Amino acid sequence: MSTPTTTAGHAPASGWKEWVLSTDHKRIGVLYLVGSMAAFGVAGIMALIIRLEQMELGMQYVQSAAQYNQFLYFHGAAMILAFLIPGLTGFAANYFLPLMIGARDVAFPRINAFSVWLFYFAIVLALLSFVIPDAPDIMWTGYPPYSVTTSGNTAFYVFTVHLLGFSSILGAVNFLVTVIYMRAPGMGWNQLNMFVWTTIAAFVIQLVFIPVLAAAVTLLLFDKYLGTHFYDPSAGGDVLLYQNLFWFYSHPAVYVIFLPAVGILFDIMATMCKNRVFNYKAAVYVGIWGIVAISGIVWVHHLYVAGMPDWIRLGHMVTTLLISVPVGILTLSMWGTLYKGAITYNTAMMYAVSCLYLILLGGLTGIPLALPSMTLHLSETSYVHAHFHFIMALFSAFALFAGIYYWFPKMTGRYADGPMATLSFWLNFIGVNVTFWPLFVIGKEGMPRRYWNYEMFSDITVWGMYFQDFQKIATYGSGIIALGMLLQFINFIKAAINGPVAPLNPWNSLSLEWTHTQSPPGPGNFPKDVVVDENWSPYEYNKG
Amino acid sequence: MRKLLSVTSGLISTVLLSSHAYAEGNAEGNGFAVPNESWEQLWNEVILDITIIGVVMMIAAVVMLLKYKATSPDQVGTAKKLTAVQSIAWVLIPASIFMADDFFLAAKGWTVWNDYRRVPESAMEIKVTAYQWYFEFEYEDGTTTDTLVMPHNQPVVLRMTSEDVIHNFGLPAFRVKEDMMPGRITYIYLNPVDIKDTFVQCAEFCGNDHSVMATSVRVVPQEEFDAWLAEAANG
Repeated sequence: MSTPTTTAGHAPASGWKEWVLSTDHKRIGVLYLVGSMAAFGVAGIMALIIRLEQMELGMQYVQSAAQYNQFLYFHGAAMILAFLIPGLTGFAANYFLPLMIGARDVAFPRINAFSVWLFYFAIVLALLSFVIPDAPDIMWTGYPPYSVTTSGNTAFYVFTVHLLGFSSILGAVNFLVTVIYMRAPGMGWNQLNMFVWTTIAAFVIQLVFIPVLAAAVTLLLFDKYLGTHFYDPSAGGDVLLYQNLFWFYSHPAVYVIFLPAVGILFDIMATMCKNRVFNYKAAVYVGIWGIVAISGIVWVHHLYVAGMPDWIRLGHMVTTLLISVPVGILTLSMWGTLYKGAITYNTAMMYAVSCLYLILLGGLTGIPLALPSMTLHLSETSYVHAHFHFIMALFSAFALFAGIYYWFPKMTGRYADGPMATLSFWLNFIGVNVTFWPLFVIGKEGMPRRYWNYEMFSDITVWGMYFQDFQKIATYGSGIIALGMLLQFINFIKAAINGPVAPLNPWNSLSLEWTHTQSPPGPGNFPKDVVVDENWSPYEYNKG
Repeated sequence: MRKLLSVTSGLISTVLLSSHAYAEGNAEGNGFAVPNESWEQLWNEVILDITIIGVVMMIAAVVMLLKYKATSPDQVGTAKKLTAVQSIAWVLIPASIFMADDFFLAAKGWTVWNDYRRVPESAMEIKVTAYQWYFEFEYEDGTTTDTLVMPHNQPVVLRMTSEDVIHNFGLPAFRVKEDMMPGRITYIYLNPVDIKDTFVQCAEFCGNDHSVMATSVRVVPQEEFDAWLAEAANG
């Protein structure tokens, strides 16, 4: 490597210190990747246990209802807070955003290191909940009064949220400053990669909304352990205050996950189609920033059956439906990017294409849920469960995996593509469909979420099949995903060690992380300072 | 692409034109709205709407994914850069189409919402209280029961609250649910126009026995209801 100093100006450390004491954004990105994948693994095992338990009526696999509820809590909280958000805004943003804008590191490398270790403390705290006798059992939403009156240890939940929130706020400030002040000389706003735009939009949401969540859970802590009554109506409090504050953050949080996933998708599609992003300015200013603007005024659609006044439920029906405008503009830009492209297929592109299907399926199945009258029945059913898995969990996870395959040669100098990658892709893609389609079907007939038993539905049939039959199909599907993910992780490890060596710019991309540095980039990222001219764009493959 | 978009808008406007009013009341029933029937009708229309959009978009994607496969590694895309007018048109026209569909669905959703929320004056009031983990019903004469029985064709309003944590009164057979919360009173309107033997289940996570918090809900002829209530009052 031609630049011998680290970004903070110290001599390079060696051995484990190289990682633990590192302030290099790429190392920190890899630390986020490892942490988020570990969370994904543990929370994925919880999902398998939950699915197995639902195969039959009655209790077969878990020891007690309390244990089932603890698994549900951990699965939801870990997947959202410790896998999706850190995987997208931690790993992907850390490793690639500075490279994409031609910066040598982030603005505050030491704060960045502090962020990742806060994230690790949060993971350790979350995992500790399995060894204490009274694990939290309050779902990832933690609604009072249950979260206050339960014997479960709600404090673990609150402190985990605090640590992750603190970590995210620091990350948000860091990355916003980085993008505003550290772009390569000559790089205008309309020359940024889509991933850079979507990531800063996600960080703006984090910065604005996380404090609200922190306040909501802190009051929960006070109610449970200090005897206050913020959420207790018997002493003048209100149970709905928490839900309003919680969803005021947690609906925008969906876009913290969704937007960076969309950004990764655009960068992969433009590169593999060798095409410019269709209607780039519309996608950025109407699509991305339209979503940010609307994200804060739709939260009541999570409270459609919570006895809110009719006028506010109908008002939020209109705002919720209007999300289709910015999301629709972004979707058109994705489709338009394919138009007259020169498409090359590889594992990254296969995942990206599957995301086009997932965004349609997940997005469109949200339309009935935007209508309060439909939600009066669909709320808390497995229809909702399938909808948000397709749009939030699967779309974003598949986009993240697409990104890992796409950037694997950048991070390791080797390809992760190959027969095993292709096989695991198909297992995952088939698996998610087999798992979640049956849940739409029984959800429409009323199958509740968060149930280990559904005895009352035992004689209800759809298309001549009982609910258990659909649950069995869904569980087999989850087994297919488990196999696919296992193969995928083995493939990643194998490829990192002895995968086929990749050239410097294997996808012939025009983006700076591919054109201006080695794989993997050394300390300080670029051998020479990056300067771009006003005609440069990461997407101008066709100069005509 | 442009051709496909015009097909999409054509199909959406077909759906728009085929719309018709709800809330005409059921002919053979008691003349009041039957929310669960409106729900099924709206469901079918919304599913048709989203299926059309989904299928058209998926076909467009598959066609382009197959048609524009690169033939050599050096090939680049040939899409022309949009002019300013084209860029703006590609925002305004699709946005208008999306918003037309949004407002169309919002209007339909609102109509069905009114079916759910407008309670006839003649409705029989039943108070429901939730506890961990059971429901308690109190009829107008003060009789309390642990199951819900309603006379056929008699509109009912449930006034609901909870004594401990948040629960939810979920009636899949009536296509409705609403939270039951301490310190708040919520309501559900039911129009039992069909004789039914079904159940209510808790639909908001409430702890260990959440999955088994359910009880029977029956719609019976008026005479049978009177007899049942008298027996419950004495029992």
